[in-house]
Amino acid sequence: MSDLTRLTLTEARDLLTTRKVSARELTDAFLTAMEQARGLNAYVLETPEKARAMAEASDTRLKAGTAGALEGIPLGIKDLFCTEGVRTTACSRILDGFVPVYESTVTSRLWRDGAVMLGKINNDEFAMGSSNETSCFGPVVSPWKATDSNAQLVPGGSSGGSSAAVAADLCLGATATDTGGSIRQPAAFTGTIGIKPTYGRCSRWGIVAFASSLDQAGPIAKTVADCAALLTSMAGHDPKDTTSADISVPDFSAAVGRSVKGLKIGIPKEYRVDGMSDEIEALWARGAEWLKAAGAEIVDVSLPHTKYALPAYYIVAPAEASSNLARYDGVRYGLRVAGKDVIEQYEKTRAEGFGAEVRRRIMIGTYVLSAGYYDAYYIKAQKIRTLIKKDFEDVYAQGVDAILTPATPTSAFGIGEKGAADPVEMYLNDIFTVTVNMAGLPGIAVPGGLDQHGLPLGLQLIGRPFDEETLFSLGHVIEQAAGRVSPQKWW
Amino acid sequence: MSVDQATVRRIARLARIAVTDAEVPKLQAELNGMLGFVEQLDGVNVEGVEPMTSVVPMAMKMRHDVITDGEMAAKVTANARETEDHYFLVPKVVE
Repeated sequence: MSDLTRLTLTEARDLLTTRKVSARELTDAFLTAMEQARGLNAYVLETPEKARAMAEASDTRLKAGTAGALEGIPLGIKDLFCTEGVRTTACSRILDGFVPVYESTVTSRLWRDGAVMLGKINNDEFAMGSSNETSCFGPVVSPWKATDSNAQLVPGGSSGGSSAAVAADLCLGATATDTGGSIRQPAAFTGTIGIKPTYGRCSRWGIVAFASSLDQAGPIAKTVADCAALLTSMAGHDPKDTTSADISVPDFSAAVGRSVKGLKIGIPKEYRVDGMSDEIEALWARGAEWLKAAGAEIVDVSLPHTKYALPAYYIVAPAEASSNLARYDGVRYGLRVAGKDVIEQYEKTRAEGFGAEVRRRIMIGTYVLSAGYYDAYYIKAQKIRTLIKKDFEDVYAQGVDAILTPATPTSAFGIGEKGAADPVEMYLNDIFTVTVNMAGLPGIAVPGGLDQHGLPLGLQLIGRPFDEETLFSLGHVIEQAAGRVSPQKWW
Repeated sequence: MSVDQATVRRIARLARIAVTDAEVPKLQAELNGMLGFVEQLDGVNVEGVEPMTSVVPMAMKMRHDVITDGEMAAKVTANARETEDHYFLVPKVVE
């Protein structure tokens, strides 16, 4: 029974459609695995009754021959996605007890295609973090451990619960969101695959907003093919999100296994940052070799404004967050702390409801948007964003099809190890991923092997706008060459 | 650029977040740390560059000005801590 959790989504789908395994059996196997793995803290809410009911409905449809593309596939849902009738908190105290009366567009598409919800998954509070340590439910423990240490490691963030749950076989795939690297960095830390699609590919409707011009939803899964299947279901135009792109969604699965012969892959010199470890250098070179061996052409490219992406992000993202998070005032939903008047009620509610990192970002955002500073900070950052996007446009205009970089500057670090004294230390984790959000491009993280401590390292491929297909084709080549990695079970 | 303690209090007030006296120095250090980090942007020449307004070029969609939803006051107020007859309750704002 428990072996069922080791399947990939694609393998499980084959067993379900040939009726060798029932959706109920599969779901039960995951519910048992989740119970045993509570120490990892990947789920903040298990929904076994809902899961079993959904699985039984899937079995009925499988039997009747009316199965959807993801029929009976058990998934974990990041707690940033509103789920009708199921508590959704963004892992913040300020949304204490919030039970949405509506379903996010992305999750409703997954349910339309027959997927089964196992529960809500842990994340950094309001997706602000790179280690899943800012969650009001406490940190997620990575299923990975170094071969030479017993220390508990972070699974990355903000989609750390998603990456940990996928790596630990607690779901066949998970939804995630990415504002500055929150899908790709946790995927890289856990040996899983994560794709942030082009801005506009997935509807943001019903997803708790962090920074609206940067946020995108995407999947984390065990294989490139699994990610492709999930994104095909999640993506698509939604009239309820004016920034969702009204263009057709291809069957991304068809791109997996497609030849990459003749594709031009750019290696941006600006990503060779000071102090980059030999291991990351070697990983990057290995990735390029694999793609070359598959027939791709490797070329050096330049993205001159790369180093300004992270500081500009730390103006744009907090500014948008301070505006988005203004809605949490204790009046309409969530936590409410009484005050002598309505202003004091707001101030007390927000002081108690938001964690330290979220408060910090709201304050920075408020400052850079305040009178006298708006042009110097916010407008300047938006101008730099234009330059960052132009860097990519220039490279793609030279005929480059995709760009290969490391996904993160290091492998996973220990819980409590980073950012306590200096928040900027934590922010540097996103140095390779944040450019992609600033330019609205698609990016995929694929495991490229293990480091000397036995921990996963990820490669990132960045694509042209709305060309996720090329990323799936290239990602599959890397996956085939590097092989799948999974942690030894200790939990 | 750096902020003083009075500015920290002013920002907190604008952000509607209560801060205690003890928290102010720490917040001041953190905010100055972040402002120091973004200072490297001073070196970028942005002369003649348009600020980004939309990361993916797309025309804002128009829709018909019609009612598509409504009549769900109970749902709208379902998550509020205090309501009365489908109104949200707050402390008295007018004497």
